[in-house]
Amino acid sequence: MEIAGRPLHRLRARLVEGIDAPLFALALALAAIGLAALYSASYENAARVANQLANLALALAAMWAMAQVPPQTLARFALPAYVLALALLLGVALAGEVVNGARRWLNLGVVRFQPSEMMKIAMPMMLAWYFHRREGAIRLRDFALASVLLAVPVLMVARQPDLGTALLVAAAGFFVIFFAGIGWKLLAGLAAVALACLPPLWGLMHDYQRRRILTLLDPSTDPLGAGYHIIQSTIAVGSGGITGKGWLNGSQTHLEFIPERHTDFIFAVYSEEFGLIGNIALLALYALLIARGLSIAAGAPTLFARLLAGAVAMIFFTYAFVNMGMVAGILPVVGVPLPFISYGGTSLLTLFIGIGILMSIHRHRKLVQT
Amino acid sequence: MQFAELRNYASELRTFQLRVGVAGMLVLAAFGLLLARFVWLQVLQHEAYRAKAEENRIAIVPVPPSRGLILDRNGEVLARNYLAYTLEIFPAQVQDLEATIAQLAEFVDIQPRDRARFRKLLQETRNAESMPIRTRLTDEEVSRIAANRWRFTGVDIKARLFRQYPHGEVASHVIGYIGRITTRDLERLEGLEVDANYRGTDYIGKAGIEASYQQELHGTTGLERVEIDAAGRGMRTLSRVTAQAGNNISLTLDIRLQEVAERAFGARRGALVAIEPATGGVLAFVSVPGYDPNLFVDGIDPQSWDALNNSPDHPLNNRAIAGVYPPGSTFKPFMALAALELGKRTPRSTINDPGYFVFGDRRFRDSKPGGHGTVDMYKSIVMSSDVYYYMLANDMGIDAIAGFMKRFGFGTRTGIDLEGEAAGVLPSPEWKQARFSRPEQQKWYAGETISVGIGQGYNAYTPAQLAQALATLANNGDMFRPRLVSHVDNARTGERRYVEPQLVRQLQLRPEHIAVVKHAMAGVNKEGTAARAFAGAQYSSGGKTGTAQVVAIKQNEKYDESKVAEHLRDHALYIAFAPLEGPKIALAVLVENGGFGARTAAPIARTVLDYFLLGKLPAAPRQRAPEAEVNTGAQSD
Repeated sequence: MEIAGRPLHRLRARLVEGIDAPLFALALALAAIGLAALYSASYENAARVANQLANLALALAAMWAMAQVPPQTLARFALPAYVLALALLLGVALAGEVVNGARRWLNLGVVRFQPSEMMKIAMPMMLAWYFHRREGAIRLRDFALASVLLAVPVLMVARQPDLGTALLVAAAGFFVIFFAGIGWKLLAGLAAVALACLPPLWGLMHDYQRRRILTLLDPSTDPLGAGYHIIQSTIAVGSGGITGKGWLNGSQTHLEFIPERHTDFIFAVYSEEFGLIGNIALLALYALLIARGLSIAAGAPTLFARLLAGAVAMIFFTYAFVNMGMVAGILPVVGVPLPFISYGGTSLLTLFIGIGILMSIHRHRKLVQT
Repeated sequence: MQFAELRNYASELRTFQLRVGVAGMLVLAAFGLLLARFVWLQVLQHEAYRAKAEENRIAIVPVPPSRGLILDRNGEVLARNYLAYTLEIFPAQVQDLEATIAQLAEFVDIQPRDRARFRKLLQETRNAESMPIRTRLTDEEVSRIAANRWRFTGVDIKARLFRQYPHGEVASHVIGYIGRITTRDLERLEGLEVDANYRGTDYIGKAGIEASYQQELHGTTGLERVEIDAAGRGMRTLSRVTAQAGNNISLTLDIRLQEVAERAFGARRGALVAIEPATGGVLAFVSVPGYDPNLFVDGIDPQSWDALNNSPDHPLNNRAIAGVYPPGSTFKPFMALAALELGKRTPRSTINDPGYFVFGDRRFRDSKPGGHGTVDMYKSIVMSSDVYYYMLANDMGIDAIAGFMKRFGFGTRTGIDLEGEAAGVLPSPEWKQARFSRPEQQKWYAGETISVGIGQGYNAYTPAQLAQALATLANNGDMFRPRLVSHVDNARTGERRYVEPQLVRQLQLRPEHIAVVKHAMAGVNKEGTAARAFAGAQYSSGGKTGTAQVVAIKQNEKYDESKVAEHLRDHALYIAFAPLEGPKIALAVLVENGGFGARTAAPIARTVLDYFLLGKLPAAPRQRAPEAEVNTGAQSD
């Protein structure tokens, strides 16, 4: 008993080591909601749910692995990861594969890989590492340099074109800069510059992107195209009412009115079937998850850890806000998934790596800075 | 200093904590906004949206337009549509595709090639709603499936319009074909902002006129508001916006002439482009071997595709616009014209042709051993003296040659209304500089100019360029862009839109110079290298034979056709226009590995001209003369 029990006990201890229970519970609850919504969205197709479960298993393994890596080690990898991600983005621009009109994928023979996804993690790591090195002496030029480090990959991703990912990478980097203490006046100035950049950005946009923004203003102009998405998803949300139509009973979903119902528009499926109550529960789960992330950030011992944890928490926020806002018809249609819920392995992996980073930072909060 | 840094640390930490608080507020504010929106949609506007969802038993179903027809200049139909039933699978609704297909095979005949094609379609197209496993079902098959419809989910019978090409292989490189819209096509349509008009459409032009006039042929997609039941099945149509059929395209091409021309090639590979000089309208456009475009219509099966793609004859290559060949001696009339225009020769000035031309330590041989003796411009074209043009090229220099030939369109895409045209190569020192990377290769050698003079060397043009250049000469210097489409008819309004002839440029050539060259080209067909092919012709014509080397012959070797493998034999060329006064047709013929132009290419042109000008159909195909008998070695091209 004793002899057999001890290694088992030790294994269990090793497995739960570094796993932050609140974070873990919140992420799993969201993923479970995702599986339920996916089952309904795929018209009770068990194979698709099983597929997502496999994605989840892989993502959890990645989360566990990240939780074991101390922040100091992460900091060492910040610059190489950023440079690698940037090089891969360049590779995509030169030799990437075109899928659905966008050059996002790099074919590595066995797997296709989306370097922009890697940038979502590499960007906050890089900027956090940079500010950490400049700790105590952060000046205006540091913010300027950080802005350049942020802008280059964001523009590259936006040109693929992948506006959704570009937005997330931009948010990741922006929140590091924000937490690093950029002055309010400077921030207002940057906002003004960003606003001034809108007209030229409009010129750079692909026609379908412009149409998406225009159709947000008046969805009825394009009933066969992009406006259709918005019209149908708002009807789904609105018709859900307070209590929802019940799981597997959404008529909008099951009569195939909802486009991309497994991925970017899965919130419409959920909202139709679970109603306002379901939406409040979902908002609460996200709010708790973000709050936990921010509190880990506030208690982190080093500037690198603080900035990284804060940025990761706010990426979760950006994902959730942009996606739900899009489905509810208050934000333009950009390809941002609903975090932990939308179908797809890549985004799930990235998100759980983020959770793993938060866990690691929390676990090493008492370590003295070297 | 240290104290200041410590204070900085502390203040940065305070700032951070403050910022975390601000971030938290931002989250709350944003989520509050979402919550407000949810309350608006789900509580305050709930009734309206509930009603909309109820009404949302109305699906908008796109109605694809029927594709426009393609007709020849006499109204003969070259591409049309017919209605047929297909058996379709909705991949998203089927758990096990293989099992479903196996089950379906019990009711209808499903061949391995059907399965292979289905798999290929599945790979090429993403997010397609349904995919045909069998096309063109018989009535019996339709009723058998209909009776057993309840056994299947995600399977349906659909009536679809199919494209048909009644003339099969004839003019396949002009008409082209349609195929299923692939992800790549969809991206292009999105880029053109026309993707919404392609909802419900599965096919798109992939080659030929079908591709280059896709937008005209496609039409406008209509839509139906269909009431659907709770299971999503269509109940009745509430309203519809009818689809507008695509426009009908009428070609300048004469399909009868085209047939005569293609048949004249027999089993040979090659190309022929015949142009109406005064308009640029293409009368015949041959690239043989061709392919049967009907194979592509419902997705070509892999076996047929491999057979076409891997054939040594390359039937999918459009030789007339994408194949580039040295023009050989068909270049000489243009060289002669250049000499006159640039004042390098007069018609009467003569040279002595001993059968070779020495430049430095190299001997450039004439194709006639012993040479043509005293040669003036007329004789240089009629007998095709090489030495005359070696000397001329040497006197003119490469820059003058390239400058003059560029105006005739050599080395420039003609702009014909087909996709995939090659530019060819008009050799010049600048071209060589750009083409090669090593400095010793980049230098232009004077010796290279000499072979350019007889249409060899780096010269490489498409048959379409050659035909355009000749048409320009025949038209006394007014160059038109070649085009295949004569007019476009709107099937609904009956409105007809003519494609106007497009003048590229006027070369401003001296009429007396053109007359000299035309006179000599007439001599070619009367008493020169093409005299035998044009014996007894009842119309006047001008021509020029040519032979393009495929392999270089060593200095002291003699080219012996019977000893050279078929695919390394010379290409035969011939250009002709007729009649001499007010030419109605100018054409270029290329026969790959056909040997002497006079022997294989000129007779094809004769057949085509006889039909075009006299309506004379060729006699039953004669036995081809045995190869060895003809080559006497004394024959010039």
